Order: sequence, then C-alpha cells, then structure tokens
Amino acid sequence: MVQSRENSAVSGVGARDYRDLALVAPVTVPYVRYSIRNAHWFVAQALSRLLKASKLDKSDIDGLSVGSFTLAPDTAIGLTQHLGLTVRWLDHVPLGGACGVVALRRALRAVQAGDADVVACIGADTNHVDSFRESLGSFSVFARDAVFPYGSGGPNASFAFLTSYYMRTFGATREDFGKLCVAQRDNALGYRHALFKKPLTLDEYLDARPIADPIRLFDCVMPCAGAEAFLVMTRQRAQALGLPYVSVRSTCERHNAFPDDPIQMRGGWVLDRDRLYGAAGVEPSDIDFVQTYDDYPVMSVIQLEDLGFCEKGEGAEFVRRHTFTTDGSFPINTSGGQLSVGQAGCAAGFLGLVESIRQLTGQNLARSVPEARLGMAVGFGMITYDRGLCSGAAILSGGQA
Amino acid sequence: MIPPLTRPKRKNPMLRTRQALLPPRARSRAALGLTAAAALGRFELQVCSDCDAVQYPPREACHRCLSDRLRWRGQTGLGELLSTTTVHHSHDPFFRERVPWKLGMVRLDVGPTLVVHLHSGCAPPPSRVRVDARLDKSGQGVLLAFPIDEVPNMADDRQLREMTCDPKFRKVLVTDGKTSVGQAVARAVIDAGADLVWVGYAEPWKLVPGLAELGALPQVTLLPLDLSDSRSVKQTAAEIGGKVDILINTAEVHRTEGIASRNGVETARSEMDVNYFGLLRLAQEFGPAMRSRGADGQSSATAWVNLLSIYALCNYPAHGTFSASKAAALSLSQCLRAEMRQGGVRVINVFPGPIDDEWNQALPPPKLSAGSLAKAVIKALKDGVEDVYPGDVAQEWLARWQDSPKVLEREVSL
Repeated sequence: MVQSRENSAVSGVGARDYRDLALVAPVTVPYVRYSIRNAHWFVAQALSRLLKASKLDKSDIDGLSVGSFTLAPDTAIGLTQHLGLTVRWLDHVPLGGACGVVALRRALRAVQAGDADVVACIGADTNHVDSFRESLGSFSVFARDAVFPYGSGGPNASFAFLTSYYMRTFGATREDFGKLCVAQRDNALGYRHALFKKPLTLDEYLDARPIADPIRLFDCVMPCAGAEAFLVMTRQRAQALGLPYVSVRSTCERHNAFPDDPIQMRGGWVLDRDRLYGAAGVEPSDIDFVQTYDDYPVMSVIQLEDLGFCEKGEGAEFVRRHTFTTDGSFPINTSGGQLSVGQAGCAAGFLGLVESIRQLTGQNLARSVPEARLGMAVGFGMITYDRGLCSGAAILSGGQA
Repeated sequence: MIPPLTRPKRKNPMLRTRQALLPPRARSRAALGLTAAAALGRFELQVCSDCDAVQYPPREACHRCLSDRLRWRGQTGLGELLSTTTVHHSHDPFFRERVPWKLGMVRLDVGPTLVVHLHSGCAPPPSRVRVDARLDKSGQGVLLAFPIDEVPNMADDRQLREMTCDPKFRKVLVTDGKTSVGQAVARAVIDAGADLVWVGYAEPWKLVPGLAELGALPQVTLLPLDLSDSRSVKQTAAEIGGKVDILINTAEVHRTEGIASRNGVETARSEMDVNYFGLLRLAQEFGPAMRSRGADGQSSATAWVNLLSIYALCNYPAHGTFSASKAAALSLSQCLRAEMRQGGVRVINVFPGPIDDEWNQALPPPKLSAGSLAKAVIKALKDGVEDVYPGDVAQEWLARWQDSPKVLEREVSL
C-alpha cells in the first residue's frame, strides 16, 4: 500500500486533493453497431441504470455532466427537460476521448465546493448508418477546410501519418502494435458488452485489409452507439448508501500542448505527469493497470511513454517486454478497449474510467486484474486538424483499501 | 518513377458514362483565400501583419499574437515531408472511386504543418518537397506536395491530373480558326498532345490565310461554326458536343468604337452577338454535355476557355463597345463557371491586353502576339487555373485595377 503524501507543494496553489470524494455506480448501456435511437435515448438509459445501481431517486441527482457529439441541436440543457431533471449544476463536455476525465475533474470540484451533491457523469452517443461520415465533414472548421478535402480518410489517415512517423523514428513495427491489439481482444473475450467477440491472431492483424498505410483494419476502432456513466458524490454519501466506491488520487488535463511540434509524438501528459504522480503520492511502477485511450495502438504506446512507464521512443521495446492481458505483466484496457469494445462517440472517453471503477470495486464484468488497487484511466482526443488536442489522466484507487 | 500516360482506348459507346462526383467543397470564408490565390496559380497563406507568423489552416486571428491583420502572401512552399500515407478506404464517394490516394504531412520551412495531396514523384520521408496550391475538381484550393526537382512525366501523375486540364490525349474544340489567335491556339494544343482538334470557321466564303494549312494537319478537323447563328451552334454541338473535352472559345468581334464616334447600335450589336450571345449559345449547347462528362475516364471533359479582354475589368473608352461586350461575357462566364463546377469542369478566363492584330493597329506596343497568348492558354490548362492575365499590359492593368478600380477608370479615360 502506497502512502498518500501531502501534495499541496506539487499540485499548485489552491489545488485540493479529492480524498473526501467518491466515484460510484459504473454503468454501461450495451453497445450496438447502429441504432435508430437518438443520443437522448442512450443518455436516458444511462441515467436510469445509474439510479438503479445507486438506489437513488431521480430527484437526488442535482448535477449533470453530459459528453456527446450527437445531441444536436440539443446540448445538456435540453436533456434536463427531456429527462425531467431539475439540477443546480450542469455541464456539457463534447470533448470526445477526453470528455470522461474532463467531466470527472469538473464534477469532483463541484461536489467538493458544495455546488452539487450528486453529479451524474454520462458519455453517450448514437450512431446511425451514415452519421460517422457526416460527422467527419463537420467535426471542426480546420478539419472541414484542411483535412476532409484531402482523401476524406477521416481519423484513419490522420493517425496513419503519426503511426508511420513513429515507426520510422523509433523503430516500432506492425508486430508491436499488433501485440497490443491481440492482447486487448483477448481481454474483450471476457467482457460481455464488447462488440468483437472473436479471438484475434497476430497474423489476422497483420494481414487485415489496408485502410491508410500503415494502418490496417484492426488498428481502427469501430464507430458504434452506446453509453458509459458513473456518479460523483462525497465519500460519506457513498458509504451511507452502502455503495462500493473508488477514490480519485489525482487527475490532470491539458489542451493544445506543444503546438510547435511539427508532428504529434507526445501529448500534454509530459507537462503534467510529475504533478499527477506527485499528487497521488505514487510512482508509475505502483499502477496495477492502465486504461489507455486506444483509438489507435500508436496512441497507447505514446501514452505509456508520456505517462512515464517507459522513456520516449522505448514504447516498442516496452511492448516486447510485457504482456497486456488482465493476467499479464502490464494489464491494459482490461475490458478490451475501444479497439475491441467499439467506439461509441463520447462514451469512449468514459470507457476507461468506468472499467477502472469496476476493476477497483470488484464489480467486474470483465476478467479481473488480480489484487488491483491502483488504476489509471487516460483521456485523449479531438483531432481537429493534424493532432489530438486534449489529453488527460486520472489515478484511481479502491475506496475501501 | 511515374508511368507515362497512355492514349486511352476508344470508349465503348455501350458503357455508361461515370457520373461526375466532386471532392468535399465546403469551406469557411477564411479558407476561400487559398482558393482565390490558387485560381490565379498562386500559393498564398495568411501571414500576420503584426508579427509575421505564417498561419495554416486559415483562420480569423493570428495564433501567435491574436492580431486580426492576416494578409494572404505568396509562399515558396519549401518544406520537409514528415510522413506519408496511402488512403485505401475513404468515406467520401469521390475519393472512394479514386483510392488508393497518396497524402503527405509537410512541415513548411516558414512554420506550419500542412496536410497535402502527394505527388507520386516525391521521395519517401524525410525528404525535401515543394508545396503548391491547385484547384481540385470542386474548384476549391487544395495543397499538393511536389518533388523539388522535375521528374519524368510529372504532369501524368494520376492525382495531379484530377486537378489540371492538361490537353494531352484530349479532344479540343477551338471555336474560331480564322483569327491568328485561333490558329495559334489550335497549333499549341496539338503541340501539347491533344488527340483531336476541331476548328470552327464562320463565313466560309471569306478565305483567310492559314486556315487551309491548319486543316491539313492530321489532328485537325475543320467545322463550319458561326456563333452568331443559333442553328449553327446547335448543329455543331449535335455532331461533336458529346466528345469535346476542352472548349476554347476564340471567336470575337472587335471594332474600335466609343459611343459618339458612331451612329446606331449595329456594330455594338454584332460585337454583343458573338462576344456575349455567342458565348451564351455555346454554353447552352455544349455546357450540359461537357458537364455530364466531367469524370469520363482519364480523358474526361475538363475545361472551358473564354478569350475575354483586360477591358472586361474596366471600360477602355477608345474600344468602348467592345469593352462592354467583354464585360458582359465576363459576367456570364461566372454563371457558366458556377454551373460547370457541378461537373468538375473548369472555366478559364483569359484577359489579354491588346493583341497584335488588325483591330489594335493604332495602339503602340507592347502588344500580345498570338503565339504568346496561345502559350498562356496551354499553361493555364496545365496548371488548372481560372483566371489568366497574359502579357505586360494585362498584368499592369490588373495591378492598377486591384489597387483601385476608380483610379484605373480615370487613368484610361484621360
């Protein structure tokens, strides 16, 4: 057990720790490839499941944070009336892969400050048959002006540049990325909500249909519909309700880090990791599992480097040295990650947090990581032009530990 | 190594003509600055007037100092190719038909990182490249990375050819072969590799030098065509309209009149009848067929060239009625351009200063030779630009007009 240490010196003026706060009720609205429902339906299902899991009444929820790309023309405010919620704290966080960590950070502070007692944090998106293509051309002004007219490969092409550059610069191979994807698929086989239910072999990964060189089919996530959610409340409240909970040891968030890098080989974690570990009072080696934001395996490798599990450029060597299944030497994406579960829009930004809460509270739907006490969930997202702008992370620990 | 373009096989007339799709054309207003420069064959990016930072993608405020004084400035385009990819799977119907499609990521020497279409002659990264702007099939400005040094068959690159209107292996109609300009243009497109050139001629009873020699060339077919006669235009279109890949309208009537120097409207009407209504007749008869063939294989319909005049921008009183007819034609060409863009066919306007012909006899040099004008037309086709101002006089007028249309009006009427 790692001792929590006083952290005001490293976490900056005014940054208080989260020790009196708790995350409870990890829920998932099962993913489907396509849905005829709107995002509102997925938010409603998530909220309903949160209430069931926490045995709270709807009127107990006085804070709402929603991450979604497909609510338009609504935002979170429209949902309050739609779902008959009266709240005194409201947030809309359409930040894709970072929306979970960002929502979490804001909700923690809201509860800590007494602005809300119970905040429902929900990431939800629908996926109609043509909605992914439509979203590409309207994702951002820069994407519409300077990416979409260039082959319209979407994020596949954008991450192909990064993957190719990383491989050339640091000597990583397709086999290295494949090892992560195969291990995550193995993890997914134990998770009932994963959309991919067949084992994946390295040969299948290597020989898959080319998408945007060097990226092939199994490097890409599958857009789908679904939702992930959890509640933020005080630890006292969680204990009074008798709910299993996790504590948040530290978090970080950074947007548009290193704008002068010619090509993205690192994210904002590099700026924040000392503070992140310092505030949690732990070292990278203390972490029992990591839920990376795995929209493409190269990003998982970059996150492992930037979060200090290995040096920059040594990611491939790290991959070769470790095994990544739940029983492996370095479990990552223990429910399969987006690569095997599916990418349900903004829900993908919640996937790692929800899975981490389950792992640390023994509410596993996936195979459990033996004796896991400390987990990390990473957020990354919003490639509005040539790089992902948002990065974030949270270190969680089992509340009762 | 780029494989040279080969002559396309004769098209099987039983096969359906592929519908012309377009690459994504939505742009923010700021981004249209790239298009405006590319239409003139220039590569410009926004540069901050206060701190000199070069910006990309286009934006509303300087990313360094937040100044809103961003000016479009010419760029050398030199930079390093950082990474490449070949897209095999696209979400857009246009590119879906054209994959595999090569893309690059380039760090310009002046700062920004660009996502670009990649010419297949570029060496693998890391390598030096030159980025330039082109208009794509939507008529929007896009960026392409080229190798620094010329490579063989450069213009034959498959992706580049989607953005240019190269006459190589294409079928061309030159509407009037009786002028020196028409004859020079016909010869120039043959030299540029055109497969077949139809050359129109009106008033067959009036012989002109050079036309018979032109008609004797193996690529050339002479056709009676009178732009002032609706039936003539309709008949010619019925014969060849479905085969024309590039239409170059060289027909014009030019008389040197102002208003007070001549009684009646007959001369002005004959200028309008060819210069304006002639264009309208051509556009109605040839436009729809060309537009529907905008994606008809390697040698699709690709361009429509109008011989306008620099006087279309600002009336030159000594040639007042001619100026007015060209101004009318310019306005109509913008309508034509908007309509042809839906089929991916480029409308190119050529704005020469005085041409060295009989109607500019009294004007002192410099005057533009027919050969120079023809060369400018070929370059415009190869570069796929929209507006060309060939020669020193046209360039000077353009500069004065861009500086102040009102001052130019006074200057030319002194």
